[in-house]
Parts: sequence; C-alpha cells; structure tokens
Amino acid sequence: MGAMNTKVIEAEYDYVKPASLDEALDILAEKENVKIYAGGTDLLVKLKMGADLGMDIMMDINGIEDLYGVDKTADGGLRIGAAEKIWNLETNADVIAMYPILSEAMHLMASVSVRNMATIGGNFCNASPVADTVGPCMCYGACVELKSKKGVRTVDATEFFLKPGVTVMEADEILTAIILPAPEENTGAAFTKMARVRPDIAKVSISCVIKRDGDAIKDCRMAMGSVAPKPLFLGDISAELAGKKMSAALIEETAQKVHDFVKPIGDHGTTAEYRKEMAHLIAKEILEKAWENSGGELA
Amino acid sequence: MSMHEITLIVNGKPQKLTVKSNELLLNVLRDKLFLTGAKYGCGIAECGACTVLKGDRSVMSCLVPAVAADGWEITTPEGLVVDGELNAVQEELVNKAAIQCGFCTPGMAMAGTACVRENPDADEDFVRDYMRGNYCRCTGYQAIVQAILAACEDAKNGKRV
Ligand SMILES: Cc1cc2nc3c(=O)[nH]c(=O)nc-3n(C[C@H](O)[C@H](O)[C@H](O)COP(=O)(O)OP(=O)(O)OC[C@H]3O[C@@H](n4cnc5c(N)ncnc54)[C@H](O)[C@@H]3O)c2cc1C
Ligand code: FES
Ligand code: FES
Repeated sequence: MGAMNTKVIEAEYDYVKPASLDEALDILAEKENVKIYAGGTDLLVKLKMGADLGMDIMMDINGIEDLYGVDKTADGGLRIGAAEKIWNLETNADVIAMYPILSEAMHLMASVSVRNMATIGGNFCNASPVADTVGPCMCYGACVELKSKKGVRTVDATEFFLKPGVTVMEADEILTAIILPAPEENTGAAFTKMARVRPDIAKVSISCVIKRDGDAIKDCRMAMGSVAPKPLFLGDISAELAGKKMSAALIEETAQKVHDFVKPIGDHGTTAEYRKEMAHLIAKEILEKAWENSGGELA
Repeated sequence: MSMHEITLIVNGKPQKLTVKSNELLLNVLRDKLFLTGAKYGCGIAECGACTVLKGDRSVMSCLVPAVAADGWEITTPEGLVVDGELNAVQEELVNKAAIQCGFCTPGMAMAGTACVRENPDADEDFVRDYMRGNYCRCTGYQAIVQAILAACEDAKNGKRV
C-alpha cells in the first residue's frame, strides 16, 4: 500500500439517501457502481485506506424505515432489520432471551462507539471470514432476505458466503433482514472468540447450538470464524452428531475432526498452526458448554 | 462529486453547512466549526480520539460522512462544558490526574460521559469494557477508570454529566 492519509477520503463520488426501499431498489436497478452505506465501519475504512472500490454513488440506507425493527415472526422466530445497529441488537430483550450467543458475540465486537454505528446487514454483506454475527446466526438456522426490483428471495445463512468480500447477492439487491427461526426447548448455545485484546478482530471464533433429547444430541450446529476464506459452517461434522449419545469421548473425537478439517491461513501475528491448535481447544470447550447450557450432563 | 446542504445540531445549536459528499464529520467539526476538542488520531475508528456523542451514544466522528450526519444532535467535548463548568466526567479526569499528554482526554470525556449516562451504577469491569475503544498511550488507564467511577458517584449525587 502506498502513502495513505486516513484524515480524508480521497475518492470522489455522489451521495444519495433514498427515503424508501422502492426508491433504493430503483437506484440500484438504474445506476451503475452504487455502494451501500449502512454504518460505514467497513466501507469508510476501505475508502480511507485507499482501496479502489469503483464507487460512483454512495447510497445511504439509514433513511429506509423498512430496514429497521426487531419483530416476532408468525412461527415464533425473529425478523431483524438489516440496518439495525449492533448495539441496539445486543441489548434487545428478545435477542438476549431467544438467541443468547448472538447477543454475546455482538457484545464482543469492536467497541461501544463502533457498535453504535455498525449494522448487522453490514457485517453480513462485508463478507469477511471474521464477521462475528455470522456464526451464531448460522447455528441458529438463520436466513437472509434479499430484495430487488425483480422480487424477494431468502437464502440460508450457510449458503450466503462465497469467498472474502463476495456473497451470492446480486448488484441490484439489498439485504433487507435476517430471519431467525423459533428457538426450541432444551437448546443450549455457546460462543467463544480468541483475540489478543478485546477490540481486536477474532483470531479464531466458534459458535455452537445443540438441541438435546435426553442424554442424546437431537441436532448440533457449529460454525467458525477466521479459519477459512469465508465464515465456515461445519455442516458435516455437526450432522454426524445427530442422534448420538453425548460423552466426553465424543466431544474429543469431534474436536479432533474440527482440527483436521479447518484450513486457516497465517497472517500478521497469528500462524496457521496456532489457529489449528486453537480450533481444537475451543471446539472442545464450546461443545461442553453448549451441552451444559442445554441442560445436559456429561457422563 | 455532489454537494449537500446539511444542518447539524452541535452542542445545542443548529449549524447550516454545505459539505462535499466525501467530507468527514470530524473535519467539518474541526475545520469549519472550529471545535477542535475532538482529535484526529488513527482515522479508522480504532483509537477513540475523535469520539463525539450522537444523542447520548458515542460514535467515532472520523468514520462518519458529514452528509450522513444531517439532522443529528451532536455533542463535542466543548459541549460538555456549560457556563464555564466542566461536567462530572471532565472534572474527575482532572481530579484523578487522569491526564498526561492529554491527547486522548477529550475522547475519554465523551466516551466516559456516555458510559455514566448509560449506567451510573457501573462497576470497574463495566467501565473498562465500555471504554475499550478509547486508547491512551500515557496513563495506563487506571486513573481514567477511577475518574469515571467517581463521576458515576457524582452523577448519583446530582452532579451534571
Ligand atoms: C475498529 C473496528 C473494529 C471492528 N471489530 C469487529 C469485530 O470485532 N467483529 C466483526 O465482526 N467486525 C468488526 N469490525 C467490522 C465492522 O464494524 C462490522 O463488519 C460491521 O458490522 C459492518 O457494518 P456497517 O453497517 O458498518 O457496514 P458498512 O461499512 O456500511 O457496509 C459494509 C459492506 O456491506 C455492504 N452493505 C451494508 N449493508 C448492506 C445491505 N443492507 N444490503 C446490501 N449491502 C450492504 C456495503 O456496501 C459494504 O460493502 C470492526 C470495524 C472497526 C472499524
Ligand atoms: S481518530 Fe477516530 S477513532 Fe481514531
Ligand atoms: S494522556 Fe496521553 S494519550 Fe492519554
């Protein structure tokens, strides 16, 4: 990277702030090189670091009422508007009660001031492998709702991400909401994030939601951050646990599978080998904790 | 590049301004309104030197496009002073000698004020967690945390925060 000056934004572009979703979708359909501004905590950092985003128009979505709200769905789940701020969500009584590790993961993000700005939609659409809201959402079985002039579609959170910065979203689409299904009885969840100091982005994070049936696992979902080029849903490893009787041996076996499966990269300050070792350790911890939180006991 | 007429309500006063689409709130506050309390440190929301309040909530003004702040009620460090009197957090930062070079202090006062307003019953863990986005390279934080805890007590005794 060349000389950079984070005091100003050097890129030049127009700014628009549509007042409705229809207006925003029209702009996306008709204009080229539009970038959405939600909280700006990823977008503006990139602009200031001199990234060439090819942005001709910055579209501010903060004036669109349809993108706000945390509402109960007909089936007892929750619909979270994409432009809701992380801080609003982590302190929302329904989010805390129904999806505790989503609230927990949000609380561990960045700092209060950043969370007052950042949105959940931005965390998803930025599509970083570290995105902290994504793992919990995947484990709770969330879908994302995408809208364009052509209509609406919902995509399972586990199928939304393709590679760093890239999702299945088309250029004319807006992520309008994250939709979470109703929590079930005897469900336990756990989240852990390892970082050097708190405001750091995660070196490794892991989320787990277990549905318990007596002393057996009815269903288990695990996801990890920062161990692959995209947020990683451990679909196969999780699925193998369904129907099995829970035990310390099963947890150890599963943690080893996680270790063998993940393909992290090394970067400044964290080697790939360290990330793999940590993956093993925290997978074990998270399975024990989620099981305990589901009301289960370890033989 | 588009130009925009905006109104910021800064420290209680409406300010009409014309800004370019890529101008930042921090620079507008400092260079156009001459409110130099908020500082430029990192420019990317990592240090907290530029912290201001939007309503009662803290934000990093280095990362807010000025045009996106149209209509916001903003408090800068200057706005915490009323009729020449510091608010409780500012005063306790002085009392506890929580200031060395002073560069982080305006941001600490802003984030600390948001902290006390949000939870005057805060304990040390709450304060440290709340303030984790504000960096100080001099004091070692201990005195800053003590100042905010003292301001919580002041607030409960009716002092202005
Ligand atoms: C100091 C600092 C610390 C951070 N720490 C963490 C951390 O610990 N964990 C973590 O996960 N992240 C962290 N982040 C990253 C960032 O804060 C989050 O990813 C945040 O949720 C992004 O949301 P935003 O609204 O600010 O996104 P923006 O910057 O506004 O947008 C991000 C991207 O998504 C697109 N976009 C936004 N909303 C929509 C939408 N509704 N539909 C379609 N596209 C959309 C934008 O065009 C842009 O490409 C940190 C950032 C900073 C500056
Ligand atoms: S200058 Fe804004 S956070 Fe550092
Ligand atoms: S007093 Fe110098 S940075 Fe805090």
